Amino acid sequence: MIGKMINKIYDTDIGYSFFNSKIAIISSSIFLIIFLCSFFAEIVAPYDPFDPLNISLMDAFIPPVWSEGGNANFFLGTDQQGRDMFSTMIYGSRISLIVGFSSIIFAMILGVSLGITAGYIGGRYETFVMRLTDVQLTIPSILMALLVDGIARAIISKSMHDEMAIYVLIFAIGISEWPQFARVTRASTLVEKNKEYISASKIIGLSNILIMFKHILPNILRPILVIATIGLALAIITESTLSFLGVGIPPTTPSLGTLIRFGNNFLFSGEWWITFFPAIFLVVLALSINLLGDWMRDALNPKLKKR
Amino acid sequence: MSFLEIKNLNISYLTRKEKIVASKNVEFSLERGEILGIVGESGSGKSTIANAIINLIDPPGEITDGSIKIDNEEICNNEEIIQKARGKKIGFVFQDPQTSLNPLFKIKDQLIETIQTHLKLNYDQALKRSIQLLNEVGIEDAEKRIEDYPHQFSGGMRQRVVIALAISCEPDLIIADEPTTALDVSIQYQILQLLKDLTKKRNLGVIIITHDMGVIAETTNKVIIMRNGVIVEYGLTKDVLTNPKSNEGKSLIISVPPTNKKISRFKLINPEGGEITNESLNLTNSIIQNWGKRSITKDKLLEIKNLTKIFDSDSIIKLKKEINELKALDNVSFNIFEGESFGLVGESGSGKSTIAKIITNLIKPTSGKVFYEGISLNQKNNNKFRGQIQMIFQDPYSSLNPRFKVKNIIAEPIKFFQKNLDKKTIENNVNDLIDIVGMTRQSLDRYPHEFSGGQRQRISIARALATRPRLLICDEPTSALDVSIQAQILNLLKDLQEQLNLTILFISHDLPVIRQMCDRIAVLKNGNLCEIENTEILFNNPSHQYTKELINLMPKIETIL
Amino acid sequence: MIIVAFVSFSLFNFVGDPVNNMVGQEASDERREEIRDKLGINDPIYIQFFNFVGNSVQGNFGISYQLKRPVSVLIAERMPATLELVFVSALLAIISGVILGVYTGINRDTFLSNVILVISLAGVSLPTFIIGIMLIYLFSVILGVLPSFGRGEVTDIGFWSTGFLTMSGLKALILPSVTLSLFQMTYVIRLVRAEMMEILQTDYIKFAKARGIKKKIINYKHALKNGLIPVITITGINIGTLIAFSIITETVFQWPGMGSLFINAVYFVDIPIMSAYMIMVAFIFVMINFIVDITYYFIDPRIRIKEENS
Repeated sequence: MIGKMINKIYDTDIGYSFFNSKIAIISSSIFLIIFLCSFFAEIVAPYDPFDPLNISLMDAFIPPVWSEGGNANFFLGTDQQGRDMFSTMIYGSRISLIVGFSSIIFAMILGVSLGITAGYIGGRYETFVMRLTDVQLTIPSILMALLVDGIARAIISKSMHDEMAIYVLIFAIGISEWPQFARVTRASTLVEKNKEYISASKIIGLSNILIMFKHILPNILRPILVIATIGLALAIITESTLSFLGVGIPPTTPSLGTLIRFGNNFLFSGEWWITFFPAIFLVVLALSINLLGDWMRDALNPKLKKR
Repeated sequence: MSFLEIKNLNISYLTRKEKIVASKNVEFSLERGEILGIVGESGSGKSTIANAIINLIDPPGEITDGSIKIDNEEICNNEEIIQKARGKKIGFVFQDPQTSLNPLFKIKDQLIETIQTHLKLNYDQALKRSIQLLNEVGIEDAEKRIEDYPHQFSGGMRQRVVIALAISCEPDLIIADEPTTALDVSIQYQILQLLKDLTKKRNLGVIIITHDMGVIAETTNKVIIMRNGVIVEYGLTKDVLTNPKSNEGKSLIISVPPTNKKISRFKLINPEGGEITNESLNLTNSIIQNWGKRSITKDKLLEIKNLTKIFDSDSIIKLKKEINELKALDNVSFNIFEGESFGLVGESGSGKSTIAKIITNLIKPTSGKVFYEGISLNQKNNNKFRGQIQMIFQDPYSSLNPRFKVKNIIAEPIKFFQKNLDKKTIENNVNDLIDIVGMTRQSLDRYPHEFSGGQRQRISIARALATRPRLLICDEPTSALDVSIQAQILNLLKDLQEQLNLTILFISHDLPVIRQMCDRIAVLKNGNLCEIENTEILFNNPSHQYTKELINLMPKIETIL
Repeated sequence: MIIVAFVSFSLFNFVGDPVNNMVGQEASDERREEIRDKLGINDPIYIQFFNFVGNSVQGNFGISYQLKRPVSVLIAERMPATLELVFVSALLAIISGVILGVYTGINRDTFLSNVILVISLAGVSLPTFIIGIMLIYLFSVILGVLPSFGRGEVTDIGFWSTGFLTMSGLKALILPSVTLSLFQMTYVIRLVRAEMMEILQTDYIKFAKARGIKKKIINYKHALKNGLIPVITITGINIGTLIAFSIITETVFQWPGMGSLFINAVYFVDIPIMSAYMIMVAFIFVMINFIVDITYYFIDPRIRIKEENS
């Protein structure tokens, strides 16, 4: 049964390209492993870093197992509060992934619906939406996210802020990435809209909403998917950058960026592992998603396929 | 020894699933002063041979075997020699003049660069020669125009520039790959004349690759007919066209619409070589029985009154408004009567497709009205008539939604117009429709990309019929198809019209096709209506100057007979 | 510009109560009222907006809540540092990006291009701050050859203080500018490569080959000129992005520029600095876009002629 399915997938061009690309297989497996680990963090992580009963300051600054003074209980060592590095990283990546996925879905819904309507309806509405994306695209995403975060800080009181931080962050990153989706969606919609099957649907008399979402949307999913994958990597990086700058996820529930931020303080005193492992983890995560997105872009590009 | 000799040429493309043979044991020769035509349907491998001669086959294609000799020098697969021969010995002309010139360089730069690559001339000499060349290919005011960029030339003029580039270094051989396919009839005529003149004047060997039998008949001395990478006919053009020996050759030539008479059905050749004279439609148990046959009333069905359409170009800076306006239609009026086939003919930019779009309400006219059965068509009452007017499009590759199965494509309009139908009835209707257009029911569960262009056009027709239309608009329905497929589709349309008493508005740039399909014809030029006349009168005795020109200039296969 | 001005104004106005931040909870009501008057918060909104726009045009952005100094002075102090950093990084990113992009676009499947591509992909995946930390660790902590923070010695030339003129200033510039440019460079590489590959497939390149034009001329004259058009656009966006990312680099390297000023402002909700920074950045963006448009006009004849006609 499964063999049959794999055969069927293998038979399609994308499937073929996937199984023949070592990079695609390796990067997708790495991503899958990280994803599953963080999803089942309670099972995978040896300690619960947020449970005060588990943490003892006596265990702080223990280097990784293979270094001098390492402790077999803490494979990758511990941080300044005595938390197990491996466990905090797993939990941290969960936060990073949650923020990444949510913000990209938010950006996608916003961008795709604005882009498809702009491309299809055209006229002043299109000009307006596209101007908006133009203006926003010149403002780099990190700056946009910082601004949104800054405004949120001013509106929300300090006590509330830590709890709201994750939602603010999702909103901030989502808002900073929607123009990418809007642009790609609009461009593809313009191409599809001029194809004759859309004229045929109009002549039949189908409503505009039906044409947009039943006929056009399925045909432009590919480029959107590519943007979403690359955007996911970008969102995770943006999240960690914001957290690193101290305006993202609060240290009580650290994400990878927050971990690196604190570890950075101990870099000069020799406790390199506190910042090193989360950093590597983050890079591997982002790299695997980027490689996947890169492969996808080539595999889904009909122009490249012919070669 | 001939000037160009090709022996036992084999070319194949390796894909992951199979090895596609693009040419197999191809052999021919060419003398100076001779024009050789290579003709065949799409995928027959005609362009591959041209690319093989100059060793520019796109990977993964490769020449596996064979010999190509110019003046007894072997050039096959020898990049070093060929690099020098390109442009110097062999000039090349591509299909689309819009894309074959670098948009960022002046014509001057591209000419001088080519000349200086191959001939030992200094800049001034090269410039002088360039101007001479432009004069020779018929570009007026050459000293001035040479300073222009490619986008400042029209399509026909650009093709002249391309030809000037091809002959700039006195080549002995010109290869022209579909040199006139992207051009209008009148410009096509001029370009072909230019090629013929140059052949004589410079004693060149010329290879013209085309799918158009008319072009072959009017320009070539010798012809090769190819099919699936194999030469099926090779000989003097006159012999091959009048008396083809192979079945493939017969089939190709017999399906070319004659320009001098109207025939009731296209003849088709079956694989064994016999003629299929009468392809009967099996409509006995189809929905046509339920629909019943419409009576031919000969009443006025559609009235086009004073249509004008002005397009605003999208330029951001609109300093002077008039320049950015394009008048696509200028006060056009005509009537279509129920049961007739009405033809609209004109070159690109004549506004013929704009009329179709206005009738189907895809765009709004700037002024003027369309009346259907005496009622003005507008946004409000649109849906009432929508099912009655349907359309078949030009490009079979974009007219079907690639994400829908064939059965859903055909079922969609049925469901939309008859919302209370149960699943079973819809399925029956879909089955009937696919029978009518002559396809198997197995095709219903497949996606459009699994079908050829002709089959897709059949699906497109089934979809259009699903709403039981009275008026069927066919916008260049066969211009993307090979002639033999074109013949089948045109036969199908004729049969359907007879069975269903459809009214057809047939739009085409192809005069022979229009002649075969229509009872009355309207000729359009730059948005203006030139004349409306019964088909036979129009072709035998055109009154408008432009119509005369069009009919005179169209390439005719009969010239050779 | 107007949109940005309006947004920053609304920021200024409706967001939070700056007085609380300035004087703390214990301040008396009279003191609060006094400060309110001084800040002009009690005026009607439209007057405030006109004042705001007027002041901004004159370069007067108000007084920092946190540092209690005029924002314009603060920004003027910090601007040279950021602009020098961005300028050097932009040069680095574009020059090396274009060279590597063209190389990988033309020599598609060679070993070296694959290596460049993998590295460039890693570059996209490496957050700027991690690159910075790694470089600091390598060159400052382990090798100890380059400084890890600050600008080194700076020379004052009138209103501008430059780090270009001293050895230590130049040395201090190396790590931050490399860090900042790496991320952008990878983008340029990938863009140029994709563009070159696309162009090499076009008909006019094929026609040039059929005319017997030499490969080098085709690659470096015909293809390159067409391929550089999008680079102009990307350069504009690039510089904008660099300014934004300088926030991170400046934080990592404790570089005394506008970015670190801004991040502190976000941290302490110092609205005048935030809005002033936004207006400055928006102004720079608008200027860049203008320059990009003009450059287009000179390079692409299609645009030039279209506009001459109309």
